[in-house]
Amino acid sequence: MAVSVNEAVSPGPVRDHPPPARRRSGRGRTVLEVALLTVLAVVMLFPVLWMIETSIKENRDVYAVPAKFFDFKVTLDHYRDVFVASGGGRSTLSVSFLNSVIVAGVSTVLATVLGVPAAWAYSRFAVRAKKDQLFFILSTRFMPPVVVVIPIFLMYRQVGLIDNALGLILIYTAFNVPFTIWMMKGFVDEVPAEYEDAAMLDGYTRLQAFRKFTLPLLVPGIAATAVFALIFSWNEFVFAIFLTSSDDVRTAPPAIAGLIGGTTVDWGLVAASSVVFALPVLVFAYLVRKHLVAGVTLGAVRR
Amino acid sequence: MGTVATHGLGKSFGKVQALDGVTLDVPDGSFFVVLGPSGAGKTTTLRAIAGLEKLDAGSVHLDGRDATGDPPAARDLAMVFQNYALYPRHTVYENIASPLRARHCSSSEIAAAVERISSLLHIERLLRRRPAQLSGGEMQRVALARALVRSPRAFLMDEPLTNLDLKLRVEMRTELTRIHRSLGATFVYVTNDQVEALSMADQVAVLREGRVQQVGTPTEVYERPANQWVAGFVGSPPISLLACHAEGDRLVGAEGWTLPRPRWTTAEDGRPLLLGLRAEDLSVERRGNASLPGELYGLEPLGDRTVVDVRVGTEILKVKARPTVTGTPGERLLVAVDLDRAHLFDAGTGLSLSEAGR
Repeated sequence: MAVSVNEAVSPGPVRDHPPPARRRSGRGRTVLEVALLTVLAVVMLFPVLWMIETSIKENRDVYAVPAKFFDFKVTLDHYRDVFVASGGGRSTLSVSFLNSVIVAGVSTVLATVLGVPAAWAYSRFAVRAKKDQLFFILSTRFMPPVVVVIPIFLMYRQVGLIDNALGLILIYTAFNVPFTIWMMKGFVDEVPAEYEDAAMLDGYTRLQAFRKFTLPLLVPGIAATAVFALIFSWNEFVFAIFLTSSDDVRTAPPAIAGLIGGTTVDWGLVAASSVVFALPVLVFAYLVRKHLVAGVTLGAVRR
Repeated sequence: MGTVATHGLGKSFGKVQALDGVTLDVPDGSFFVVLGPSGAGKTTTLRAIAGLEKLDAGSVHLDGRDATGDPPAARDLAMVFQNYALYPRHTVYENIASPLRARHCSSSEIAAAVERISSLLHIERLLRRRPAQLSGGEMQRVALARALVRSPRAFLMDEPLTNLDLKLRVEMRTELTRIHRSLGATFVYVTNDQVEALSMADQVAVLREGRVQQVGTPTEVYERPANQWVAGFVGSPPISLLACHAEGDRLVGAEGWTLPRPRWTTAEDGRPLLLGLRAEDLSVERRGNASLPGELYGLEPLGDRTVVDVRVGTEILKVKARPTVTGTPGERLLVAVDLDRAHLFDAGTGLSLSEAGR
């Protein structure tokens, strides 16, 4: 039987399998489990913790030996430096962050706008050689993106897209569309086609039926897919460093990397800008976490 | 007006030929049932009429006009889906109002129409709920209300009662017949339940593997099945079929029995035939002018009657009997046959040979 999205996306945590019997309810974790998890957490979180600490230390405390864990003076100067240039006015880093917002935002919107209708079409219509087409779309993701950096660079030079935000937007969109189509097709498959059939008999056109009755049910899936696309575009480094050079166009990842490599490295600034860089994605993912979990499991379950 | 006609519908899904020349003629105001087992192409036929299925061949005519290329919205039809397809995010009220909203009716018109139809179907108290908060029977009524809220050219119903429990199904059968009579509208109703077909229909089309086997009134389909397959599909318990051939004034069974040759059959001697006998035309209690020897194989008490299985050679005859009938398996007995109501089919083509002489 068809499962409606309402039923499938329960507000509670989604669990595919009953928990292992070994894990008794409540405080059933053994001491060993707790110990292992603690070790794991420390190992995983230490770099993050150190990044945050460095970003609020004064420069001489950064280089202090032995390292100061707690007894340092807290300063927010580095964060100010991320946004404000030393002589006043906007810093080049803040411009990079703005570029990142634009490039990641626009490419995600484009990939969603192009990918969602395509996924709908692949899910609903009898397209000739549908499986081959879908495989071809997926195959564009088989190779590491780095492989095509040089060809893209040469082509972009010909058409004047080097050092141009549009160039980055286009390439990120191109990488995200196949992913969006594949992930969204799973979601569309889960929404019974009968809603659209019923709507068309009610008197709506096919597109109206999609927009009014199917699209609202796809929102969790679109949110999940868009977050993944956004994270990819936001974090992308290789294309950004190859295809952009000026401070006006450069996105945050190459800009932050560019802080390292002079005669002296302002580690406080590097750490502060890294924190600023990491924050939006964390916050965004946290806000849509419900959709994210529901979305991922919903798309994964095939009928 | 509300006539629906299909001409030579053809549709294949990959290698499966779902429809193979389906031609139907649904008169205005009739309750037309398309009956067939699952996979017969009933739903595809209905979807083709609705414009939801792109056809490989054939045409759909609505009120005499070719509507084959029209989008569903332009066909002025309403449909009830097997799984109801109620919009999950909308309230019952909005679900029922949807066809009117699509047609830009004013909100006062909509309110009046929804009120009228919800009182007809006794669902006034459900209007503010969402589909997830409804029982199966309630969902079915809401789906029905969404179709009935307008006065379309015809109503298409795709096994609307299949997902209901038996008691509710019987209730809704009566209700649908009542609604059909009060509206006087054209209903095209798809089902695999022969009881629904026989009890509700003005006309029945029997479909098998994408081909129309027979079209007629329920009585015609039951009393004069066009072929062996229709005879076997319609009727419960199913008709018993015995291999035989005519020899002078006798029918000689492959199992060695003989019966007087029915007056109405014109089949020439020696041609392989199938003798079709319905359970109610056989008796183990009465004596008849013709009878078959057999032995008791089993009893199926059904409350109001008992079906007696009688083995004749290697075939099992289903015989309807009073619930008080008793016997022990293996017991020899004679089955009285009402030959005037028997059916003969050509064993090769399966076509009925009973028509000609009657």
